[in-house]
Amino acid sequence: MNKASFYIPLAVFALIIVSFVLGFGLGNRSELPSALIDKPFPEFSAPDLFRPDQVLSREQIVGRPALVNVWATWCPTCAAEHEMLIKITERADVRLIGINYKDDPDKAIAWLGQFGNPYDLVLVDDQGLLGVELGVYGAPETFLLDPSGAIVYKRVGDVNERIWQQEIKPRLIAMSPDVVHGIDAASR
Amino acid sequence: MELMLRLASLATVLWLATWGLSVPPTYAASPVDVFTFNSIEEEARYRRLIAEIRCPKCMNTNIAGSDATSAQTLRVAVHRLIVQEGKTDQEVLDFMQDRYGDFVLYDPPLSSKTWFIWLLPVGVALVIIGFIFRLLRKTQDLAPPELDLKGLDPATQARLRDIIQD
Repeated sequence: MNKASFYIPLAVFALIIVSFVLGFGLGNRSELPSALIDKPFPEFSAPDLFRPDQVLSREQIVGRPALVNVWATWCPTCAAEHEMLIKITERADVRLIGINYKDDPDKAIAWLGQFGNPYDLVLVDDQGLLGVELGVYGAPETFLLDPSGAIVYKRVGDVNERIWQQEIKPRLIAMSPDVVHGIDAASR
Repeated sequence: MELMLRLASLATVLWLATWGLSVPPTYAASPVDVFTFNSIEEEARYRRLIAEIRCPKCMNTNIAGSDATSAQTLRVAVHRLIVQEGKTDQEVLDFMQDRYGDFVLYDPPLSSKTWFIWLLPVGVALVIIGFIFRLLRKTQDLAPPELDLKGLDPATQARLRDIIQD
């Protein structure tokens, strides 16, 4: 009995410490695991930002590796990552698709005029319902699609040099090695 | 100096009494959306579902009680699924789970990732029951042993019983 009264509280204490270490060690808890990894990019129909009478669908964005970037002019992090997106289009033959999320199209066009337009296509999602299909809960979010249109990676937050080098580039090279070119390919 | 302080605190109290208290109370769940429904039942289902779906952006609020843009968007989506697409409650929850993962449900399903939290209470209960059994057995051990008086003559047996019963 004496032994038990010593070891049981000790075991409980150890259990608490272990759960703390595990719990606090989980890292960034504001980042949710995506339910869409390894699933096909959803079907959609959304107008083109620059030609609103044109309705775009899934067929127009699959077939080649693509980055789908959810952005808005009201989102400061989107402005911060914009330069990196331009760099990525220079470094790799990856198609960059923008989803203009819950935004005003006129503002979006002006914004791209001011900061440069790295996108091959920009879809308008003014209601945010395409965002719901993608499990988007904030901007920016970026999805990497393989040629079959499956989502292989999702980034919540800005795409920066580290994310490009460590997360996106290796996956692109795995899909097809000559997608990434120039200095960046030499340094791989 | 002291007079100034007193005046300042008096002014604060007066301000609180007149203005501070007259500000209408705000409720945690009061984002204003304007939606139309075909029936009262639909509206009730909508209200129940938005209270059941967890806001992906704000950790521990349901989408009914959050002003986050994503929560607002999800309310629009729930409304659309109910009113325009005629989905059942379970279909709406499945729709959200397919896109946002288990996180959006306050009631996580039993899976390879969640079995631990589901079975933990059962495990704790078993440990406690085991502990109680052990305690009971110990107290049984403390009960007086049965007397083995067989080898003795009846007079001695009677005397011994007398002594024990005292």
